Amino acid sequence: MTGDGRAAPARLTGFAFVAPFLALYVFLLIVPLVMGIAISFHRADLFGTRRWAGLDNYARLATDPVFHQSLGNTFALTLLIVPVLTAITLALALALNRPARSAAVFRGIFFSSSVLSVTIVTLIWRFVLTPDGGLAAKLLTAFGYAPLPFLSDPALTIPAIAITTIWWCLGLPMMLFLAGLQQIPHDLYEAAALDGARGWTVFRRVTLPSLRGTLVTVVMLQTAGQLQLFGQAQLLTGGGPGGASRPVVLFIYEVAFGRWELGYATAAAQVLFVLVLALTGLQYWLVARREPVR
Amino acid sequence: MSSPGASLVLDQVRKAYGATQVLDGVSLTMAANEFVAFLGPSGSGKSTLLRIIAGLESLDGGEVRLGERRIDGLAPGDRDVAMVFQHYALYPHMSVRDNMAFGLRNAKVPAGEIATRIAGAAKSLEIEALLDRKPGQLSGGQRQRVAIGRAIIKNPALFLLDEPLSNLDAALRNRTRVELAQLRQRTDAAFIMVTHDQAEAMTLADRIVVMNDRRIQQVGTPMEIYARPANSFVARFVGTPAMTLAAGTATTDADGFAQVRLGDGSVVATRVPFAHLGNDTNVQLGLRPEQVACVAPGDTGVQAEAILVERLGDRSFVYARLADGQDIIAHDGGGCGVRIGDRIGMRIDGAAAAVFGSDGTAHHADAAP
Repeated sequence: MTGDGRAAPARLTGFAFVAPFLALYVFLLIVPLVMGIAISFHRADLFGTRRWAGLDNYARLATDPVFHQSLGNTFALTLLIVPVLTAITLALALALNRPARSAAVFRGIFFSSSVLSVTIVTLIWRFVLTPDGGLAAKLLTAFGYAPLPFLSDPALTIPAIAITTIWWCLGLPMMLFLAGLQQIPHDLYEAAALDGARGWTVFRRVTLPSLRGTLVTVVMLQTAGQLQLFGQAQLLTGGGPGGASRPVVLFIYEVAFGRWELGYATAAAQVLFVLVLALTGLQYWLVARREPVR
Repeated sequence: MSSPGASLVLDQVRKAYGATQVLDGVSLTMAANEFVAFLGPSGSGKSTLLRIIAGLESLDGGEVRLGERRIDGLAPGDRDVAMVFQHYALYPHMSVRDNMAFGLRNAKVPAGEIATRIAGAAKSLEIEALLDRKPGQLSGGQRQRVAIGRAIIKNPALFLLDEPLSNLDAALRNRTRVELAQLRQRTDAAFIMVTHDQAEAMTLADRIVVMNDRRIQQVGTPMEIYARPANSFVARFVGTPAMTLAAGTATTDADGFAQVRLGDGSVVATRVPFAHLGNDTNVQLGLRPEQVACVAPGDTGVQAEAILVERLGDRSFVYARLADGQDIIAHDGGGCGVRIGDRIGMRIDGAAAAVFGSDGTAHHADAAP
């Protein structure tokens, strides 16, 4: 077998090609991940002091009302953002899926918010939402209503963060939906027209089923992303008032870099990691169970 | 849904994309239960015309009527037509059954009636075992049958077939051709098929509409199109191998028929009345291969050199070159012994030959009384 003689060097060459990526991947992702898991079983600070603590950190999380509150906030934000964002971006994609020049301009405009950093986005929405002289306040006053304290009322901070996030995140899902729409063969719509299908029926029976794969991708990406929401909350409300808008990642950040309890913070991070994995896995399973995603 | 006796009328249909005219005053009247093929090369406007009839394209002028109704302003689903798409256009996420039912459900046909019609169509197309599968699980031929089933089940007054055989391999194509012919026998609907394949058009259609360059070139039965082409385009486009068009000069013989002197000096007597040509004597003589027999060289007739021999088993075509460089295709038997480079003689039967004027218009012998 001459093939065996060549196989070993060929395999080495293959490894040589993937080695740079593999090295970066291992040192920047796998090692920190394993270290994080290891640290979560210790009482540790930022200066490297480690003391074995077993499951103490996890036991503490189970009874920590501040952590529980942040979990609730994260769920609320995700449940608020993902469905609305998905619906809005799908509607935008449907409206802008045409060759007209104006559609290209609007695609650019709606995508533009995505290139801004979270700092700029938050700054813009502070100007809009602040009760003293903000755009929202002025609009409400103009119609004879009192300004709403978006950034200080515990009932309004989470919607405020959600609105900011939705505005910031429009671009990518919209582009994914546009790409998905352009994959649908045009003759399907012609066949539907000859089958007497109109408007809503065409959308429900032709467009939406053809977008299934894209829809699953968007919802999974957004769920994974919004469960890790951080910057907007920290900059817009600082998690307040009284922790009413503090998501899990902000909790982790405060524990690690405010209180220097690295072990406790990494334990919370592991919980979030498992949560993201479980929820996105569940979504995929729910869809893939019915039929394979193409 | 179907109204027996309904027929399609196109009246001065015009269509342009921007400054590009694609259909220029097309008119056609179809009889009930007629099978018409639109035959033409790519870009001739035949697909556009089909899509205008289906309602997938708007028209810029003229009328489309089906039966008693004017349909060019109606939505595609309200026209009482069904279409089989070139690439089938089956809904990929629906089962075969749902693909077929979709149009009837939109038309609010009762569920029991839909089930009966699906069962009937599935049985006749032998796709009963496939009803619960998705299109992605079917072969090309099976998809084609489902696409035909989806059209049949609507029981339309007019079937529109867009290159229905072009995506099938040769064996399947012959089989589907037979099935289309059988389908046609079972329904009282009319059929329009777009194709660029003359064999499909000749075998399936009652009449062929030859299109080129935005216009209808000729409408006729397959034999009319073949034997009496209206102009040099139709003559060259229909028939395999194509009709030979040999340049020559026309003069009149004693009986008033045109005789054509070819470039090498040989003269072919035709039965075309010379008066039909007007004063246009720079003509082309149109000869089907079967009008030119291959004979031994020498004594009489036209002398030529064989440049290619096509052997088809039961017969052969000999491509021969005259002394002046004009190529003529002759026929011979299956056992033709001619080899490339041989000198041959040709016996030209001018009785059925056509004469084409310098503008391409054909002149034929008067039809036998």
